[in-house]
Amino acid sequence: MWKKSFTFATAAVVILFLLGGLCLAASPKTGGTLVFGRGGDSAGLDPAFETDGNSFMICDNVFDQLVLYADESTEIVPGLATDWEVSPDGLAYTFHLRKGVTFHDGTEFNADAVVFSLGRMMKNKNVKFFKKEWDFPEDQPSAEYWLSMEMDDMLGSIEAVDNHTVVFKLNRVEAPFIANMGMDFAAMVSPTAVLKHGKNFRANPVGTGPFKFVEWIKDDRITLEANPDYWGGRPPLDRVMFRSIPDNSVRFLELKTGNIDICQFPNPEDIELAENDPNLNLVRQAGMNIGYLSFNHTKELWQDKRIRQAFAHAINRESIVDNIYYGLGTVAKNTIPPNMWGYNDDIEPYAYDPDKAKALLKEARFHEKLKAAGQEKITLWSMPVARPYNPNGMKVGEAMQANLKDVGVDAELVTFEWGTYLKKQRTQPEEMDLFQLGWTGDNGDPDNFLAVLLDGMADPNVRTQWKNEEYHDIILKAKQALEKEERIRLYRKAQELIHEEVPLVNIAHSLVVWPMKQRVMNFKLHPTASIRMHNVWLK
Amino acid sequence: MAATPELTAGAPPAGNGQEKSISPLVEALLRLRKNRIAVAGLIIICTFLIMALFAPLIAPHDPLEQSLYDKLKPPFWDAEGDWRYPLGTDDFGRDLLSRIIYGARISMIVGVVAVAIALFFGTLAGAVAGFYGGRIDNLIMRLMDILLAFPPILLAIVIVAFMGPSLRNAMVAIGVVNIPRYARLVRGSVMEEYSKDYVQGARALGARDARLIFIHILPNCLAPLIVQTTLGFASAILEAAALSFLGLGAQPPTPEWGAMLANGRALILRAWWAVTFPGIMILLAVLGFNLLGDGLRDALDPRLRE
Amino acid sequence: MKKFVLHRVLSLIPTLLGISLLVFLMIQLIPGDPAEMMLGERASESALAELRERLGLDQPIYVQYGRFMGRLLQGDLGRALRTNEKITTEIFERFPATVELSLAAILIATALGMFAGIISATRQYSIFDYVSMVVSLIGVSMPIFWLGLVLMIIFSVNLGLVPLSGRLSYNIELEVVTNLYVLDSIITHNWAAFKDAVWHLILPAFTLSTIPMATISRITRSSMLEVLRQDYIRTARAKGLSLWVVHYKHALKNAMIPIITVVGLQFGILLGGAILTETIFAWPGIGLWILNGVYARDFNAVQGGTMFIATVFVTINLVVDILYAWVNPRIKVN
Repeated sequence: MWKKSFTFATAAVVILFLLGGLCLAASPKTGGTLVFGRGGDSAGLDPAFETDGNSFMICDNVFDQLVLYADESTEIVPGLATDWEVSPDGLAYTFHLRKGVTFHDGTEFNADAVVFSLGRMMKNKNVKFFKKEWDFPEDQPSAEYWLSMEMDDMLGSIEAVDNHTVVFKLNRVEAPFIANMGMDFAAMVSPTAVLKHGKNFRANPVGTGPFKFVEWIKDDRITLEANPDYWGGRPPLDRVMFRSIPDNSVRFLELKTGNIDICQFPNPEDIELAENDPNLNLVRQAGMNIGYLSFNHTKELWQDKRIRQAFAHAINRESIVDNIYYGLGTVAKNTIPPNMWGYNDDIEPYAYDPDKAKALLKEARFHEKLKAAGQEKITLWSMPVARPYNPNGMKVGEAMQANLKDVGVDAELVTFEWGTYLKKQRTQPEEMDLFQLGWTGDNGDPDNFLAVLLDGMADPNVRTQWKNEEYHDIILKAKQALEKEERIRLYRKAQELIHEEVPLVNIAHSLVVWPMKQRVMNFKLHPTASIRMHNVWLK
Repeated sequence: MAATPELTAGAPPAGNGQEKSISPLVEALLRLRKNRIAVAGLIIICTFLIMALFAPLIAPHDPLEQSLYDKLKPPFWDAEGDWRYPLGTDDFGRDLLSRIIYGARISMIVGVVAVAIALFFGTLAGAVAGFYGGRIDNLIMRLMDILLAFPPILLAIVIVAFMGPSLRNAMVAIGVVNIPRYARLVRGSVMEEYSKDYVQGARALGARDARLIFIHILPNCLAPLIVQTTLGFASAILEAAALSFLGLGAQPPTPEWGAMLANGRALILRAWWAVTFPGIMILLAVLGFNLLGDGLRDALDPRLRE
Repeated sequence: MKKFVLHRVLSLIPTLLGISLLVFLMIQLIPGDPAEMMLGERASESALAELRERLGLDQPIYVQYGRFMGRLLQGDLGRALRTNEKITTEIFERFPATVELSLAAILIATALGMFAGIISATRQYSIFDYVSMVVSLIGVSMPIFWLGLVLMIIFSVNLGLVPLSGRLSYNIELEVVTNLYVLDSIITHNWAAFKDAVWHLILPAFTLSTIPMATISRITRSSMLEVLRQDYIRTARAKGLSLWVVHYKHALKNAMIPIITVVGLQFGILLGGAILTETIFAWPGIGLWILNGVYARDFNAVQGGTMFIATVFVTINLVVDILYAWVNPRIKVN
């Protein structure tokens, strides 16, 4: 049994592990409890219905998906499915499941469990079981991620063909589907446990993951223990404890005084302290997000790309990142973050060049056009709240205002309550010229940035409402391309087009930096922000 | 607080018009001068008032001006301190002393606005309830009971939570939360005065209700109201600082003491001064009003003593 | 007496109704669109419509209030938006932590406050009297969120005497019975957990106790002074009873009524006012929970939590009132 399940993923994991071990010139030691300090408690632990990072970080360790993201990128690697095939027309995905895997409660992981786990979120329940017809629980909350990833539109049926084979039939060709299957909501749950606990499954999660759920004291801690029978090998840690310590400084103090091992989201000010502390290490990872400045593309004023290019030259993004992100960010040259596949590193970013900006504005007769539109100045909408991709929308707005002033453009800073801001922005009102916003990625697929943010022709919910036929065409092709190389080629092209047309000015990706104790080995921050403890060990 | 014989003699003016009520007031103020605690309070308050009024003249720097080269400078007496920043700088290189001085301005404004809201609506509600009695009284006092059914800081937090965090909303919330204090006080005094001869006399002469309330009755309730208002300043400043500390009041970079403390909290390991000084300022300002209020209570209205 | 109790209990009903209306109406204070605010960048029109329906925001306001009241009467505070968990469940999981903290704080406040008050009263105008008066004024003026931080820096960070935050160390096991950890550890004879729980409790409890402590010391002093001035005390002194007996046996006994009243009222305030202390010390109580609801814009949770605390608060005040009337029969209806 062990041999059978020792497949590609395991091998990959083990090899990575060994490499990591070699680099550190130490081999993983088994045992010990790791205490992870975080900013807040989980909302619930049923991956289908959660929407927040604090919930997913537990789910990441208790559950597995059919496919997983690679250790340090958003590449898709085998998970509970050892391999899969896509039909030539791109509409059927056949997954071959890992054999001999059981859930923490002893329930067998098989094709019926897959049908159950995903079918319970499906609206029309177009599913076929193989051996056991599980009942679907009734009166469930809405599966927010399933809905927002448009799974009901995308997915025609889920069928168990035999005990270890499942076929997913799609309604349309959609290459990002496979990436969705690696997201938290697509985790495999024990049908027995779901039906036994009902609504309380959210407090009693049972999966196949490297750790088993032990205890949850609300607003205080969640404890997990090693799953000795994990298909990917027993994790080195005996236990992991996630403690909620809401205040950033107190959490960092707890790390300094040695009560926790890893401190999530420290205050930027404390990072320098951590750097100088011989007992602490820092892990860094670029966040999978983008903060941007965009134009009201419904207005005549912003149709000339030279004007948009001028704005890209006018804004001093280095200074914004240094002074407002406090260094916890990197200047963005593309809309997708650099740790995502398909990232086009050949793009030459727009340099901060006020003179060039002025020249372009003059060439495009910006001020005349402004006057023709009956305006003396433009409006710059900025968020009233901190977002993961922008620590202070108003401050960034102020900096941009000053930059624009330098190139002779008067911008008025406008803001609303967050809810109102989002609602008004959606309607692209006449009185809005520039707006700041951003996006945090879901599934690590470039489509999740490039289509969601910029393909205004496809969906009225796209915030920028940029309508460019060529771009729409590229994105559609990339969605339907079956070969990954082809998709990469198309997304690189899309990024070139964005660079040339400047439908938005990319400002920054945030950078996540967490301090941890020296004794914590092999802890890595994942681009999707998932927290994986499987390979972590204590020195 | 001491029950000296002279204080018990300072009974409220009875049966007379307003002219004669002034002399006990003056008398009380004279007595206040002898109360060392009250004088200490008055001195503290005056200091803060001067800071608030003349902030631009006193403060060595613009409170919002950042000097990234001078980040986190300790106070001047420290070896690494800098005379240009007597109390040191924060993480943006802003001068702490200047921010504290401007903070006095904000706290005083918060105190005035919040107390004004509470005082105005409280007095109005209390006077109407006490004067008319009966159903109106019952309704108004029920409303006050409802406001009193929440621990004050919780109610303020919840109001701001729904209205959205800002200093303006925090002032409104604190004002609303404190309405019942004044309403109850005024109602009691009005009821007591109402039965007295001079009011009934004026009434018999055909004075209108509003005139009766505002010209005849309220001035005689002034003493306890002054005490309560002074103490109200103390709690308004404290509550506003708490709201700002939680991120629900003044928003950065506003130099509000509570907000400064919240920011300083992130620096607690590196810059003790960024936590210590704003905290001491809150304490001193609140203490000043409490000291004065306490002294006033002794001097003006012995009935109010605990 | 029976009539008084009945009257007071019945008068609770309109107050509770008013509280529920006020709490319900709070959602109307939100500027803009609550649904849009909760969903953020991700919101599609369909998701917004779905959420509005789930929150009942698509209904006219009186229908919304009708539903709200209907649920309330069945003891149902609705579900938290963030967790989709029953709000009553969420509250009962956290309330014991707040009760434990408030009890410890009121205990400290009563012990120290009464001690200071008694000494001040019996040695009126002494140095101690003045000092304790000034200290108690400082106490009521204290921004406790600042005091908490300062104590934390001194006792946890610099001296390392007490833990920084939380209720129990991670390596301590404790069987939960009442969810008051100190009590649970006594019940289960778990002395390691007892020590650990008390250790965690000291700093937050002391921080929280400053304001009630000052209030209690002042009320103790003034009610003691008043009693000491009464004729029968003078008589007792004249009869040659020792000063100690007079002070502690006769005077204190009679001064207890107002003191107990104040202690009760302060306890009520603590239960709802521990928000600041709970935030600083990461104490997993109801105040922290409500504040997290505020930050996460979980308006259901904020409404439910506030409703609960207000109910507890008026109930405690009612009990204090009745107790007061019971020990002091001079109080009659009205």
